[in-house]
Amino acid sequence: MLRLDKTETWLLAATVILLTAGFLLPSWLTFILTLAFAKALVVQGVVIQMRAGLVSFGQGLFFCIGGYAVGMGGAFLDVHDVFALIGLGVAVAVGVAAIIGLLMTRYRDIFFAMLSLALSMILFGVIVKNPTLGSTDGFNVHAPTLLGWAPQGQEQKLAIFVLTVLIAGGLALALNRYMKSGLGGVNEAIKENEIRVEFLGLSPRWILYANYLFAAGISAVGGALTALATGHVDPEMAFWTTSGEFVFIALLGGTTHVAAPFVAAVLFALVRTYALELAPHSWQMILGFVLLAIIIFLPKGLWSLVAGKRRAAA
Amino acid sequence: MTTLYAILIDGMIYASWLFLVAAGLTVIYGVMRILNMAHGSFYSIGAYSGASLVGWYFAGGDGAPYWSYLLLLGAALAAGLFIGLLVEQGLLQFMYKRDEILMVIITYALLLILEDATKLIFGVDPYFTYQPYSLLGRSSFGELTFANYDLALIAVSVLIGAACWLVLNRTNRGKVLRAVIQDREIAVAMGVNVKLMFAATFVVGTTLGALAGALTAPAISVSPGIGVEVIVLAFAVVVVGGLGSIEGAIVGALLVGLTRSVAVHLAPQIELFVIYGVMSLVLAVRPQGLFGRNLARKI
Amino acid sequence: MRRTTSRIVPTAVALAASLAFAAPALAADNGKFRIGVVTFLSGGAAGPFGVPSLNGAKVLVDALNEGKLPAPYNLKGINGVEIETVIVDENGGATKQVEEFRNLAERHKVDAVIGYISSGDCLAIAPVAEELKMPTVFFDCGTSRLFEENKAPTYVFRTGLDAAIDNIGAARYLVDSGRKLDSVASIQQNYAWGHDSWADFSAAIQQLKPGVKVATEQLPKLFQGQYGAEISAISVSRPDVIHSSFWGGDMEALVLQGAARGLFDKRAAVLTCGESALDRFKGQAPNGLILGARGPFGAFAPQNPLSDWFRTAYRGKNEIEPTYPAFKMAQAILGLKAAVEKTGAKPGTIPAKEAVAKSFKGLNFESVSGTVQMARAGGHQALQGIAYGEYSFDAKSGKATLANVRHYSGECVTPPDGTTAAAWIKAGFPGAQCK
Repeated sequence: MLRLDKTETWLLAATVILLTAGFLLPSWLTFILTLAFAKALVVQGVVIQMRAGLVSFGQGLFFCIGGYAVGMGGAFLDVHDVFALIGLGVAVAVGVAAIIGLLMTRYRDIFFAMLSLALSMILFGVIVKNPTLGSTDGFNVHAPTLLGWAPQGQEQKLAIFVLTVLIAGGLALALNRYMKSGLGGVNEAIKENEIRVEFLGLSPRWILYANYLFAAGISAVGGALTALATGHVDPEMAFWTTSGEFVFIALLGGTTHVAAPFVAAVLFALVRTYALELAPHSWQMILGFVLLAIIIFLPKGLWSLVAGKRRAAA
Repeated sequence: MTTLYAILIDGMIYASWLFLVAAGLTVIYGVMRILNMAHGSFYSIGAYSGASLVGWYFAGGDGAPYWSYLLLLGAALAAGLFIGLLVEQGLLQFMYKRDEILMVIITYALLLILEDATKLIFGVDPYFTYQPYSLLGRSSFGELTFANYDLALIAVSVLIGAACWLVLNRTNRGKVLRAVIQDREIAVAMGVNVKLMFAATFVVGTTLGALAGALTAPAISVSPGIGVEVIVLAFAVVVVGGLGSIEGAIVGALLVGLTRSVAVHLAPQIELFVIYGVMSLVLAVRPQGLFGRNLARKI
Repeated sequence: MRRTTSRIVPTAVALAASLAFAAPALAADNGKFRIGVVTFLSGGAAGPFGVPSLNGAKVLVDALNEGKLPAPYNLKGINGVEIETVIVDENGGATKQVEEFRNLAERHKVDAVIGYISSGDCLAIAPVAEELKMPTVFFDCGTSRLFEENKAPTYVFRTGLDAAIDNIGAARYLVDSGRKLDSVASIQQNYAWGHDSWADFSAAIQQLKPGVKVATEQLPKLFQGQYGAEISAISVSRPDVIHSSFWGGDMEALVLQGAARGLFDKRAAVLTCGESALDRFKGQAPNGLILGARGPFGAFAPQNPLSDWFRTAYRGKNEIEPTYPAFKMAQAILGLKAAVEKTGAKPGTIPAKEAVAKSFKGLNFESVSGTVQMARAGGHQALQGIAYGEYSFDAKSGKATLANVRHYSGECVTPPDGTTAAAWIKAGFPGAQCK
């Protein structure tokens, strides 16, 4: 029998609450939440690697692959089923990651960051050069179906919201298990000192490789869900500023808890929306100050607020 | 034949510009281990300061036009010093114990802030300060014509490269700085004032960035976003050459500049990939860049 | 220190969260006609396009609210209802714009949205606008794909022109001006706008003057700023004509660097977006440089009471001449106003969105660029002519004007409904009516 720890109970409860909320909240808010959760999945990909000490400034690569798989699957392969499309994105992303991961896992620190950025920018360039993919303008995604059901308009948005919450909840549970497993703990050790891990008889490189593949897959899911929600894909998804945003959110939340990226992504979306509204001319500055404030006052991310309190109470 | 020397001259001009842009970045990384994302903002602040000061000078009318070059340099120095000191003293000096990657994020936040601050100070209307650019006239080589300003840029860039090298290798201060680069802890133990060194280095780095911006300003239309465009370019050059190495920045700039020039003349279709292509290729063969140091693995 | 911060941050977070949920209440109906205005306020497109267009919107909205416009627009605001704008920065990509568009529609409850310069944003927004049944006027984006992909629009309108028209017009102008035209060089920004512009232009010039050779095709990346190598490559290829769809700072840099190196000395060059820098070149552009304004806007706009009024009012507030983005924004707002007022709703009331869309379809309205007919894409796309002219700088007065201006009627340069621009050009412009 599956036994749930405290985090898992909370995650399940949150999923259920969000699912009900989807039917009550105004649709603009569910839309923001859909995008935020989809983005949070990519952030999880960043966080997995960050825990082992690698910062990917090119996670947009797999985000973009996931999105374009949905777009191209509908436009060129005549695949319209949501699950088939997401599966396609994951398959392509993991396939690509399996090849370039062999190269990437040889790099650490800044070099890993820069090389991941370069690879993502190459994908950006390839799409820009390709007029059948709409170049920088991108193209619109065909209306998807869910196991034969073709929802329209508001119903469709709601369906994608529900799907996103379910996938996010499921992946969060899986990630939580991984984090708390022995292998998950090794990641921290790799970050602290790789050589000592080697001496223990483990191969840091292959653990990082597995992380890389998993991060690629989960990012592709995020990209696919984003494409389904907005109904449009463009190469901006692979641009380095998009990847920068994922790193931003990862730090905002912190790497200590599986729920942190979700909270951070929602907060980020809301801060940005309101910054954009209160100060259309200087919203980037507001984001910059928020980021600085977090780094200075909460070096372990927003989650340290929750964790800190719990420790104080204990 | 024409194409060949066009490739060479264009490549040299572009490489010298790339070096100007990358020099400050590599100096800061070399000494402080900070990969400064906000470098592009320093570039754009320099460009805006130079363009607005020179624009104001020519709007006044009567001054001798050649003084504008001095103004351009003065604006860059003033802007670089001011913003460098402000950022280092006001923020970075409290952060030196943080992780290298976290420093990247801190400077990313700075980039976001400075981008909008520049916009609030200088507005979004492009500055078009062409006078220093057209003043120097042009030279013809065969059927090709070049702007003398661009050619002068090669000289300036060689000068700056030489100055950096001399300071690092031929002065006492430079030697101390190299000691800090080699091993910060030992340097501190030997009585080196690392704090002061860091502050000085950061200011020199920002000033170099501002200088690159100010020198570029007359040839372009200075508008919001020019800084962000420059960052990735400068990163590519520095990573190719090896982070923190002046020689590396020179070689990286030449490599990227000439390759791009070849692409523009012979295969304009692939121009977009050139920089990332060169970067990926170099990193695949030499992960630490051409002049990067091999780091010993510490247990 | 530590203790206080640990309290400040949670409070801030809680504040932000409560703000997020409290704010919708602020955006309740206040009886005003709310328009979402989306344009670039940051990034490279802000200076040349975004800010002039926003300034244009401000001048027009303020004047409308005070009832100061000349006839037929002397009814206050829109249909007698005061206008309120919600301004959004277009920077940040299509995904974010879709999010913001939903915010405008559902949280701010705007009555209409006017905006979008980027073609990618227009393509992404169009289906969302249809889904949310929100009257949406695209004022600037030029992609031909807009109505080719959204075949049966109801709520989406475009008062600006298709970019294909810029390039068909440019080709006609070059041929009609009787220049030597054996080879053409191209320099475009490496993104969809540049690719599409060159595809349309090269096809059109091949039709009008068969046998034209392409000397070189340069594709520097967007916002590159430095064009040394490209200028050499074009010089070496010795073209008779250079075509470029560059805009904003890139265009100004190209002109400055090209002029300094004699690129334009022996040949003609046409800049399809050149007009936006007419007053900014200050003699740095060579006389004879051919400039366009993406339609009869800016310096190409005809003189009529509306354009005279607009120029004076804009100059009064911003101290410079309005460029084409300002004109195009004004046109979009006037179109919306005309459509709302044509519904026949009682003055002082806001008609239903369905009624606005219905009356916008096929509308004829007076604008700062003359009379506009919504006569393409089933009444959703404006049909207007285009003009080109040569830059002419008078050193004494320091003023730039346009010489040898030629106008082409809308029917001459616009494909009829049912064919795509590319197909129409390929077929040799069947049905084009040119004077």
